Amino acid sequence: MNKPVTNVASASADLSRTPAASNNVTDNTITPAGGKSMRDFWQWMFSPERRGAMLVAPALIMLFLMNIFPLMWSFGLSFFHYKASSIRPPRFAGFYYYEKVLTDPVVWERLQTTAQIVALSVLLQMVIGFAMALMFEKKFPFRRELLMLVLTPMMLSFVAVGVFFKLFYEPTFGILSQGYAYFFGEPLTLLATKWGAIWAIVIADAWMWSPFVMLLVLAGLVSVPDYLYEAAAVDRASWWRRFKTVTFPYVRGLLLLALLFRTIETFKIFDVVYIITAGGPGTSTETIAVYVYKVAFQFFKTSQSSALSYILLFVVIVLTNLYLYFVNRRNEEI
Amino acid sequence: MFGKRKERGLREAGWGQTLFAGAIGLIYFFPVLWIIMTAFKTRTDALATPPKFIFTPTLDNFVSVFWRVSQQGNEAISTGFGLYFFNSVFVAASGVLLALIIGTLAAYGFSRYPLKGNDTYLFVILTTRMLPPIIVIIPIFLMFRLTGMSGSYYGVILLYAAFNLPFSIWMMKSFFDELSGDVEDAARLDGSSERGVFFRICLPQLKAGLAATAVFALILTWNEFLFALLLTGSDTRTVPVAMARTIGGELGVDWGLLAAIITLFLIPVFGVTYLLQNHLLRGVTFGTIKK
Repeated sequence: MNKPVTNVASASADLSRTPAASNNVTDNTITPAGGKSMRDFWQWMFSPERRGAMLVAPALIMLFLMNIFPLMWSFGLSFFHYKASSIRPPRFAGFYYYEKVLTDPVVWERLQTTAQIVALSVLLQMVIGFAMALMFEKKFPFRRELLMLVLTPMMLSFVAVGVFFKLFYEPTFGILSQGYAYFFGEPLTLLATKWGAIWAIVIADAWMWSPFVMLLVLAGLVSVPDYLYEAAAVDRASWWRRFKTVTFPYVRGLLLLALLFRTIETFKIFDVVYIITAGGPGTSTETIAVYVYKVAFQFFKTSQSSALSYILLFVVIVLTNLYLYFVNRRNEEI
Repeated sequence: MFGKRKERGLREAGWGQTLFAGAIGLIYFFPVLWIIMTAFKTRTDALATPPKFIFTPTLDNFVSVFWRVSQQGNEAISTGFGLYFFNSVFVAASGVLLALIIGTLAAYGFSRYPLKGNDTYLFVILTTRMLPPIIVIIPIFLMFRLTGMSGSYYGVILLYAAFNLPFSIWMMKSFFDELSGDVEDAARLDGSSERGVFFRICLPQLKAGLAATAVFALILTWNEFLFALLLTGSDTRTVPVAMARTIGGELGVDWGLLAAIITLFLIPVFGVTYLLQNHLLRGVTFGTIKK
């Protein structure tokens, strides 16, 4: 509460001094010390060489308060015995929770489930995305409108998509199950088995994010210069050869970026799983994010979830670093 | 990325391609279409076997999103969804506005006055966005509980501002980087102040970019679930959370009602996707890939 007051005081001091300053060159010597140092401070803060720092300071402060500091706090907590649901003060635990988490077979199982979903979903996204990009590679009437239609899924909310697909998978009246029953005679109970449930999640996630891969691949496809295609036509190159030597090199970089980006994002998969299967049947589709959620907010094992968080954090930092490395390399090529 | 300048280079394909892409596009879009159709069905039509493609549309579901008839009398009781829609709009708009102001300044700084270790700052900023939200939410949940901020508007708004900040910074930086510095230098030579350069030279050129960033951030916030699930109270609940709770209803799921909620929830998303078409690539990759 003190700062604004001194501020106002120095501002008013400034005002009262202005006419004198224009008359009297030696004004500086008779200014009250407080006002002068205040003004110096502001001048120092807003001097040209500090402009960059001043511009980014609010953002960095906010990120520190809302992201970095909380993360440091939970990092601290991971070394203590602490449950958010009990009033007992934290006790020092050392590396106990890290040891516990790293040797816990359940954690490895959840990581395995996550890896299965990531692998299947990202693979499916790449294939479907690539195929759709090839479809939109050429110019045709209503191309833009149809493109919008296909791109919509990735703008939808995870919760909405989860709800849709839960309705489609509903065994008796879900449209997918009914279609299945029409052809195979028996109802589709996708959510009853482990692999069925995993596919249920993978289909929903891949449906939502294939357009993302398509968007990136398309950016590569439209950047292929025309003269290369003309040269290939002159050489009577086969479709496959043209694809391999002309098209693919322009897409390769973006395909890699899409792969990394989608891997990072799918690794975090939570909402869709939470809505469609809630980790079930049993715990067979519990991804690592859902597991952390349960440990933290259902069992309130705060320290354990914090230690687990830090292991995930490490994975994401490595992947993000890799992603940015390839982004920069591509920017240099362009 | 598929603006007019680019499309001129595309090779031509005729109406046959339109037909083919149209068929695939419709199949791909079918899940959304089916939900919208379900929203207009009566309860029996929604659960019909075999599924009904032709039916008499009704608006009952949309009405019962907001009001239901009380069991004693005939007066309508609010279901609270009016409030939840208001919350979603209010919280997203405030959070994004805050993030955009702070983020644009920071992006300008990062782009024009690089600090020592500029790339490191930018990397850390992007990483905070790439982290699984569940990691960030555990300590924030404790922090909010300690300061009594959980369940309040300003807590959620502050969190959403921080959530959108990395995105705003990266997006706006990518736009600032594309501006030619010549105009700014010319303005400086003509005696414009630094503030003038920012407000009168840079920002007017970036109106479209600013709008794209804002709208994208709005959608990301509008769709956000986990933070809202853990940090909103009954008065500040947003639509995704209310939607998830509707699934867990004890009287069995009313799919028509749920479909109506989703349809209402998606209307702004459709509009926005259409408006953003030229900036989608940049937006979905957080400004890391421009073209």
